[in-house]
Amino acid sequence: MTLTTSRRRFLQGAAASTVLLVGMRANGVMAAASETTDINPFVRIDATGRVTAIVKHFEMGQGPSTGLTTLIAEELGVTMDQIDYDFAPSNPQVYNNLLFGTFQGTGGSTAMANSFVQYRNAGAAAREMLIAAAASDWGVDESTLDIVAGQITGGGKSAPIADFVASAVSQDVPAEPRLRTPDEWRLIGKEGAVKRKDTAVKIDGSGTFAMDFHFDNQLVVMIAHAPRMGAVVKSFDDTDAKGMTGFEMAKTLPDNSGVAVFADTTWNAMQARDAIVVEWDNTNAEMRSSDTIRDELIAGVEMGEATYQTRGDQIDTANAISGAAKVIDKTFYFPLLAHAPMEPLTCTIEPIADGGVVLHDGAQFPTFGHMTLTQVLGLPMEKVQVKTVLAGGSFGRRANPTADYNLECAMAFALTDRSRPVKLVWSRDDDIRGGYYRPAFAHRVRVGLDEAGQIIGWDHRISGQSIMKGTAMEPMIVHDGVDHSSIEGVADTVYNVPGMSVGLTDHAKATSVLWWRSVGHTHTAFVMESMIDMIASETDTDPLELRLSMLPGKTPAQTRMAGVLNKLAELSNWKAGAPDGQSRGLAVHHSFGSFVAEAVDVSGGGDDAVKIEKVYCAVDCGIAVNPDVIRAQMEGGIGFGIGHVMRDQITLTDGEVDQTNFPDYEPLRISDIGAIEVAIVASADAPTGVGEPGTPPSGPALANAIARAGGPRVTMLPMIDEVEFA
Amino acid sequence: MTRELKLNGQTISTNAQDGTPLLWVIRDELKMTGTKFGCGVASCGACTVHIDGEPTRSCQTFVEDVEGVEITTIEAMSKDKIGAAVQQAWTELDVVQCGYCQSGQIMSAVGLLAENKKPTADEIDEYMWGNACRCATYQRIRAGVQRAAEILEA
Ligand code: FES
Ligand code: FES
Repeated sequence: MTLTTSRRRFLQGAAASTVLLVGMRANGVMAAASETTDINPFVRIDATGRVTAIVKHFEMGQGPSTGLTTLIAEELGVTMDQIDYDFAPSNPQVYNNLLFGTFQGTGGSTAMANSFVQYRNAGAAAREMLIAAAASDWGVDESTLDIVAGQITGGGKSAPIADFVASAVSQDVPAEPRLRTPDEWRLIGKEGAVKRKDTAVKIDGSGTFAMDFHFDNQLVVMIAHAPRMGAVVKSFDDTDAKGMTGFEMAKTLPDNSGVAVFADTTWNAMQARDAIVVEWDNTNAEMRSSDTIRDELIAGVEMGEATYQTRGDQIDTANAISGAAKVIDKTFYFPLLAHAPMEPLTCTIEPIADGGVVLHDGAQFPTFGHMTLTQVLGLPMEKVQVKTVLAGGSFGRRANPTADYNLECAMAFALTDRSRPVKLVWSRDDDIRGGYYRPAFAHRVRVGLDEAGQIIGWDHRISGQSIMKGTAMEPMIVHDGVDHSSIEGVADTVYNVPGMSVGLTDHAKATSVLWWRSVGHTHTAFVMESMIDMIASETDTDPLELRLSMLPGKTPAQTRMAGVLNKLAELSNWKAGAPDGQSRGLAVHHSFGSFVAEAVDVSGGGDDAVKIEKVYCAVDCGIAVNPDVIRAQMEGGIGFGIGHVMRDQITLTDGEVDQTNFPDYEPLRISDIGAIEVAIVASADAPTGVGEPGTPPSGPALANAIARAGGPRVTMLPMIDEVEFA
Repeated sequence: MTRELKLNGQTISTNAQDGTPLLWVIRDELKMTGTKFGCGVASCGACTVHIDGEPTRSCQTFVEDVEGVEITTIEAMSKDKIGAAVQQAWTELDVVQCGYCQSGQIMSAVGLLAENKKPTADEIDEYMWGNACRCATYQRIRAGVQRAAEILEA
């Protein structure tokens, strides 16, 4: 980040209403001012000394409203009770994700990683300006002062920051504010020091999610979606809807993707939509069944040559394996999965007086939503505002290169006279059947072992549909035809794997697909960690020892991966093993910069139903800014991963999605999973992701536990086809 | 037709037609949005309210069936002894993640503690089974119910 000096003076008379804002100008330069029109702040301090952190990442439960606020509070020197948070407006120049370029968005578990220095800089700059103001007033040297719990203190004097907000505005913005050193931290990394900032409004019903927006004159719109992906509206009949209470109108969306049904309330919109009969044109629709897609994918990993050879040499590996004493050959299959965030997709477009609009959304990618509205509504960027509110989960679904539900809402709004707010509501059925799934993938792995049980060749074929090709993300992620997100976690494995060859075959477009919590690692970790466990069983090696032997510490990543394994061994009392009558499965994976090892203890197996009794988790995510938020993300990531491998899949019959709602896309339930214990490895490395890395090891740890319990070795998901769960 | 309902100790009137789920009367008509829509088919618990103290899925409870009964929503929980204890426990343990399911979780937890002062983990699992949390905050919910029981016992 570039920090330069900028000096602004304000009239004395403005002091009473003065606000100190520290943040960025559109040119990326750190600045301070007293009006939001002037800069876009990261921190705002009003005349009463009340501090607000402006959080550029949306809150879907993963914790940035707490985490980014912690960073400001730490540097500024206020308590967590003296600071509030607000979500930043859409502004890709200022609130961009530093790892995404000129793009504002949350994803890839980067919220803390990309904000850690930026937000501390903003807090530190505000602190130095307040101190400079006090020092000049008190005639003392700045170095004698600090801010503690909102009081500027030193040289025998003390005053609340409120007293110096007005004069701080006219101080120089420090080019390089001094960041507090770890020994000064009172909040970062301190157990029990920080409570979530978003709890209060989530336990009394007062928090505003996008679903909660209501304008008195609003129209609710629901879309009659095509039952098959790619189908378009041929015609529709709304005779039965006419005359229904609250029904206003039905119109085909301009892209023919569905029929927009407008009514006065959500319930009336649902009723009216059900009454509308649409005839669909299936010319370009997906007509295949998921069994066909599965067969095609599996054929894709069984054929001789992959489209892309992404690591090693297939022939060399094949030669090595042909001389092996033992070959383990397994085919894996991963079905389509829906995200099913608890809050179904929804957003509202509100027309405002200047002819512009406000999009109210739990906006994960505000930049795409913003651009989509400008295009569909023919408005310049400055006439579109995006107001981010709480999101009821996402797991990747609200971040979409097509901004699909924002686009739907914009198209629907454009079908009206634009005088009334339009609220788009999806039902759970829309959500489960609505595409943008975690793509189906197949893997085939052949591992050759020598007489001593050492790996001498590892041939790994992957086949699936790219989530990046054809999207705006393609240039960033796809190189030489290879979508890195299809092979991440295999081709770049942290382990030493002798004679490894990795091939990728892109599957033709089957359905609309999207990233899903932990992206490619959802399948790659499962395969890697299942294979390693099979090797351990085959060679009668302790699965933890085998993994450690493949992590000799030749790279920092290997050292850290071994570190979480050792931490897990300690936490779970690995040597003693699972309690009597239980079996333990292990897995470890590196994703989004973090390292996570997990052990799952199950009872049952063999002829008895399997029950998940306990899960242990050790995580190394660099500096643990908010340890309890990290634990919560591990707990949630584990539950999310395990729930889906147990029993979830989206299947198609002649192109139509078979599942409709939670009864047939059954979420993990409280009774499915026992306690989860999380240990965090102490680290001085820069913070890395926590929202996703808990998910990848959970599935294979469960699979390994089931195999060790005498149950089947599950490689075709979901497990429910082969395993009975208690 | 106009109906009178008793909600959070007050009498309110609604014009909702027969067959309208109570959920939409609460959310769209009364604009009390703490009660959430998650599935509409009684399989997630996000819409849980109390009907005469009993946790009930408002998405499958129809307006014509709730005349004369006491309807209670999350908005009234801070004034309820058990509700306040559950909210305190939820705060102490930072149970929430996205929070969208939590109104329903709390309504069910209050119902459980009203009939069982000291539920075991298994009893909690059995009672709370129908309240899905896609963020999987389950172990904190379990701990939260037990912590609330402790608070109430004190
Ligand atoms: S919305 Fe009522 S149970 Fe899901
Ligand atoms: S906290 Fe997100 S669904 Fe429960």
